[in-house]
Amino acid sequence: MRDSFSLKTIGFLAAIFALVLVLPLVIPRFYTYTLALIYVMALLAMSLNLVVGHGGLFQFHHAAFYGVGAYTFALILTKTAMPFWIAFVAGPLAAGLSGCLIGGFCVRLTTLYFGMLQIALGSLIWAIVFRWYSLTGGDDGIHGIDMPSCISSTNASYYFILVIFTLCLIILYLILKSPFGITLRAIRDNPERCETVGINVNLHKLAAIVISTLFAGIAGVLFVVVERSVFPDLLFWILSLEVFIMCLLGGWFTFSGPILGAAIIVSLRTFVGTYTEYWTLILGVILILLIFFLPEGVMGFLAQKARPHERGLTAGEK
Amino acid sequence: MEIIGDLTFAGLASHLLVGLSRAMILFIVTSGLSFVLGVLRVPNIAHGSLYMIGAFVAFSISHAIGGNTGFWVALLLSPVVVGLVALIAERSLFCHLYEREHLMLLLFTFALMLILGDLVKMFWGADYRSIMAPKYLRGSINIFDSPFPKYNLFLLVIGPIVAVLLWLFSNKTKMGKIARAAAVDREMVGAIGINVSWVFAFAFVLGCLLAGLGGALVSPTVSVTLGMDHDIIMEAFLIVTIGGLGNMWGALVGSLLFGITQSFGVLFWPQFAIVFPYLAVVIVLIWKPTGMLKSVW
Repeated sequence: MRDSFSLKTIGFLAAIFALVLVLPLVIPRFYTYTLALIYVMALLAMSLNLVVGHGGLFQFHHAAFYGVGAYTFALILTKTAMPFWIAFVAGPLAAGLSGCLIGGFCVRLTTLYFGMLQIALGSLIWAIVFRWYSLTGGDDGIHGIDMPSCISSTNASYYFILVIFTLCLIILYLILKSPFGITLRAIRDNPERCETVGINVNLHKLAAIVISTLFAGIAGVLFVVVERSVFPDLLFWILSLEVFIMCLLGGWFTFSGPILGAAIIVSLRTFVGTYTEYWTLILGVILILLIFFLPEGVMGFLAQKARPHERGLTAGEK
Repeated sequence: MEIIGDLTFAGLASHLLVGLSRAMILFIVTSGLSFVLGVLRVPNIAHGSLYMIGAFVAFSISHAIGGNTGFWVALLLSPVVVGLVALIAERSLFCHLYEREHLMLLLFTFALMLILGDLVKMFWGADYRSIMAPKYLRGSINIFDSPFPKYNLFLLVIGPIVAVLLWLFSNKTKMGKIARAAAVDREMVGAIGINVSWVFAFAFVLGCLLAGLGGALVSPTVSVTLGMDHDIIMEAFLIVTIGGLGNMWGALVGSLLFGITQSFGVLFWPQFAIVFPYLAVVIVLIWKPTGMLKSVW
């Protein structure tokens, strides 16, 4: 990652920001809603990319934390009289806490064993949510959650999500640029050497998991703000793999790749889904094409085209 | 709680038998998954879809032929059909990916799951289907004074037969030995002049065949419908993990643990019955993260 932005990049970012600020004023409500959904999924995909792309961990059940965030937020709003902001903070905190617990067990393991233990623990949460009718509504979920009046209209919730999303992007960017982010990529590329030079590998992995699950929790909370409902599919492993596809599509080793991947997948699902009921077939074909022809993702491909000798975010000063 | 009244020896025994017969289905499916995992080192997410296809093909065959023979023909043919599907997918696409990263192989099998799921929806629709077992396997007989379905007894016979056949195959035949060797050290197997790509293809197809057999066997006991793939695959993954990745006996032990905790969960706390197996898995994995038996890796 280069240290300073060029003028061109700043101009480009400003143009995009101006565009997303103005868009809700001119496009129909449904598109505003879809855009808000894209931000939510993009944040989820970026939080996954932090541990998978930059950390090299097999985070197979990321959706579990997304769901924990969403459910905590929804439950506090519907079952207690606590104010909105407490629920808003509690959602990500609960996700981060569960990330710390589950991650604590997982970091002792590597590769597939890491992934499988995480799937087991995540599925345990899913099974409890799925069955605990009196608390979570079981497989029906909870619908029609009331939001405070200031963010209840589609446009207001859009701007609210946009602000939170932008803040999260900046924080994520700073984290990945920080010494911690560089260490994380170094651990991904060569864990043995990092261990030898005195880096506590497991602690760094755990920290990465906690940070990423915190952001997944924020994404979960934002999902409830958009959708006003929660349901067990939020923590089902299928969603975890879909988020994987978003990261793959955008590009693992890039910062903005997951945003692009989420945008492509969400808009394809929204618009292709209205024409055909075989959306997952199309998603499967896209995924196979990606694996065969574009394994570095769209952004990775573009980055390679632009700078053939650099490989996006590599460890240290290679 | 009325459940306590039911807590007799007979009740426990019948729940144990139900759990065991469920474990047999799980074992047949997971032994296939474990075999693929051992040789190819890829957790095949599409395994559940092949299981579902096995059930749907069994439905179509048994309805086309009808009667008792229909069931037996379906039981024999649907694994073959599933094996063919697997062979086509492997030779046309999957075999070109073996040199790639693990994550790519994993995502490929996920893509396969997405595609196969929708193909099943295209061919068979979203309706619920049911298959009749042959006349002499319907109904139930009394064991310890409590009724026990005959079909579950049949499963209790089939499971051990499959286990023995698999053991004979992997220990007594040349192909089985090559496959086991490829699981441990694929470079060496390639170095002594064996076409590793074909060993992989063979292992993949055999594993998927077992998924098809499991699907065909389970079809008379459940309603055959879309979504079967999602339900089974997660259970299957967890079972092979607690058993030790790639270890066939581990799949057996894991299946027994899973099946029995599930059926006793129904007995003690029906609402949270599906939570118990996951809880058992989590406890095992925290206690022994790499599974109860030795992984072949």
